[in-house]
Amino acid sequence: MSASPGSRDQEMERQSMDADIVCVGFGPATAGFLTTLCRGLAEAGAAAESAVMPGMPPQVLCYERAEDIGFGVSGVVTRARGIRASFPDLDLSRIPMAAEVGSEKVVYLLDPVGASRRSPALRLIERLIPRGRKDHAFELPWIPSFLRKEPGLVLSLGQFCQWVGGQVMASGLAQIWPGVPVAGPLFADGRVSGVRLADQGVDRQGRPEAGHMPGMDLRAALTVVGDGPVGPVGRAIDERLGLPAGHHRREWAVGMKMVVDLPEDCPLEPGAVLHTLGYPEPEIFGFLYVYPENTASLGIFVPSWFDNPARTAYRYLQHWMLHPYLWRYLKGGRLRSWGAKSLQESGRAGEPFLVGDGYARIGEGSGSTNVLTGSGVDEAWTTGVQLAEAVLELMAEKRPFSAENLERTYVARRRASWVEAGARRAAKARDGFQRGVLSGLVGMALAGLSGGALNWPGRSRRPHERIPSLEDYCRGLIPAEDLAALRRECAAKGAALHDAVMDRLGWPEIPFDGRLLVSHQDALLLGGKVQAPAGYADHVVFKDPSVCAACGTRTCVEACSGQAITPGPEGGAPLFDREKCVHCGACLWNCSQADPDDPEASNIEFRAGAGGLHSAEN
Amino acid sequence: MSAGFHIVVCGSLVPDPLQTLEPIRGPQGPGLKNEMMLPAILDPWAGHALFEAANLAASGGKVWLLSMGPKAKLQQVMMSVAQKAPFELVVLDGPAGGFTDAHFTARALAEAIEGIAGLDRSRLLLFGGWQSASRGAGSTLQMVGERLGVLDQFQGVDEIRVQDDGAFVVKERVEGGGYLVSRCAGPPAVLGWATGNLPEPPNNPQLGMANMRLIMPALQRAEPVPAEPGGLSFASVELPKARRETRLVKDLPPAEVAADILAWIKS
Repeated sequence: MSASPGSRDQEMERQSMDADIVCVGFGPATAGFLTTLCRGLAEAGAAAESAVMPGMPPQVLCYERAEDIGFGVSGVVTRARGIRASFPDLDLSRIPMAAEVGSEKVVYLLDPVGASRRSPALRLIERLIPRGRKDHAFELPWIPSFLRKEPGLVLSLGQFCQWVGGQVMASGLAQIWPGVPVAGPLFADGRVSGVRLADQGVDRQGRPEAGHMPGMDLRAALTVVGDGPVGPVGRAIDERLGLPAGHHRREWAVGMKMVVDLPEDCPLEPGAVLHTLGYPEPEIFGFLYVYPENTASLGIFVPSWFDNPARTAYRYLQHWMLHPYLWRYLKGGRLRSWGAKSLQESGRAGEPFLVGDGYARIGEGSGSTNVLTGSGVDEAWTTGVQLAEAVLELMAEKRPFSAENLERTYVARRRASWVEAGARRAAKARDGFQRGVLSGLVGMALAGLSGGALNWPGRSRRPHERIPSLEDYCRGLIPAEDLAALRRECAAKGAALHDAVMDRLGWPEIPFDGRLLVSHQDALLLGGKVQAPAGYADHVVFKDPSVCAACGTRTCVEACSGQAITPGPEGGAPLFDREKCVHCGACLWNCSQADPDDPEASNIEFRAGAGGLHSAEN
Repeated sequence: MSAGFHIVVCGSLVPDPLQTLEPIRGPQGPGLKNEMMLPAILDPWAGHALFEAANLAASGGKVWLLSMGPKAKLQQVMMSVAQKAPFELVVLDGPAGGFTDAHFTARALAEAIEGIAGLDRSRLLLFGGWQSASRGAGSTLQMVGERLGVLDQFQGVDEIRVQDDGAFVVKERVEGGGYLVSRCAGPPAVLGWATGNLPEPPNNPQLGMANMRLIMPALQRAEPVPAEPGGLSFASVELPKARRETRLVKDLPPAEVAADILAWIKS
């Protein structure tokens, strides 16, 4: 056995347990997997027998890092093709915060404050938009079919996962254990043999202290890896096996979102969907989905190809909400929930080895997101369903979960499905964004309208290769001496630079109202309810502090969704506060320094950790 | 000498206190806005009682956790609780909010305890929260004890020490920050726990698996509690009045916190 995670001399014996199937992470992919698997096991009855507990049904366990099912996920609009196939009689009244898509608009937002960085070409195009609009926005008269989500659903993924999880648990055929981070995979004899849970009763560095309990080893014939794009199990497998030739994971985005009680007089109907582009920066996209009972999910996506080293999603989110087109709907609203999440945006180019001896990958971490349609949940769900069908088939045939058998059953299903067809169409759809926003938008249109035959080419670069220095980013806008002064002021306060830089660039002050426009820390505490249980090690680790000390960019500090990473007091590695971390994983790809041993990796390690967002309304 | 204790812990779910709670009046009476959407946890007061019970029974005895609440929500909460301490679950599928009649709840709980197979009432320690996160009255546990004829009752308990002769010494919180220390000859007794002295145990997945073998069947056979009889009405419902506007500020230096409190006292 090679047990890399947390291996060291332990005073207390590490427990181990056998199961038939162990799943990591309970998001939409694992939800689809367990829903389908439990139904199949129920139909099979006594024919499906556990190998580790003869006479009993197969022992199926799922470990979820968050404190409860559905914490840390997001609001979503989806065509729900796979979800509806699983629930043909879906009654949305049984799922809180769910509605049919009723109307859909794509809106180009102009810059009402004059601080946005728009290229000359973009400014030229904007001159073609009729002037004098009070709402500084332009509704596209037509939405290409590849972007449309009608007929579809708007869902709180948190509530949806809770609804599905309840049914899975009630079947008695699978157990979903929240609050249990998985440290990494176990390897034995060249196969994945299970997972190791995170150690408890350790200090920040992972050293045993009072109440020490080494994380248990779960051995299983099949490990289902559904822990998302920054999950430690999927990434550990990738580190060990590498990615298929030509594949990479260089495109990311952080989605920062809120659930909001809309003002009473808000005219938006349940099911209304708004997609925005153009503001607060051209690289930032926005969304607003309206749920029943005058509630909405809204937020922005800040991509890794937005070459701003001080890219703070939170401040940009507030400017986005304050845009006149949106503020007319939001003014008087109230924050209910807040959070952030990393999105893997490489699409099919980021697909890992989907199966191996003893394991299978599903969901976003398996590269299932369609980066052309901007759809991930339904695809993730469907990959879970496909794996469950394959597992049931192999169980019925009494065949082992070998790479060959999983390839023949699961991967073959996936390759023959609409998920794969969509992924192939989308494969190069976003390449144009490597060169700029306009080329990216044109590239998407070309790919969408040609079924993937055409695209705007662009060479993918690693995130740390893209991030410029702040001096370069601000050249011509902030004199170098002023920037140096801002650096000194912020360093003296131990604060990030982004607010000072944005203020200096002309972004107006946020008029906090204590209801919807609140400070970042208030969003963290009132909206995200972020917390961290004691007894776990820090999950964000700066690999080589000397590299951090020499880093002048510190995008990790600027981009941290929870202000959990702050400048170090003496210029060394930044400080990490586990109690503020929302586990979005953005630090992993918002590091401007390469790992000397792995050019695809950065100087930040993102390990298994407990806690984070504490709301299931997202 | 706790080998003989049969400990029944009464505890149910409450909305996660980290959430924003907003009372509303619906067709069924008062409730909380979006209550079914709010994450739930085991009532923290009952949680202390459960951890103390498990600690007491570690050297022998048995712990039952008796919970009344919506079955689906209880199932969800048990996935966390089951990893903390060994117990056998007894489920009553009924309301769990803060707006049920304490008499109704007490009767249902007492009847359920009387129906627990294998429970020796002469060895019974009835544990629960001194108070509840969903109601301030803290009277339910006392009434359960009365219905079961348990006369030795202690409230605001922070510690129990078992003697060699089977008696136990109980420390109860009293006014002024002091303790009332009592010696009880032995079970049966009611102990309404304050916070106790034990930390929350770490999540133990193996323990969770062991508990789950009894929890799922208990949830599946849970009987719905007959509807609450009418007669109880609420004149008004509101959140406790904040005595001071709360500000949430992380990492404020202690000196500034102290200065802030002083300024408030002086005002």
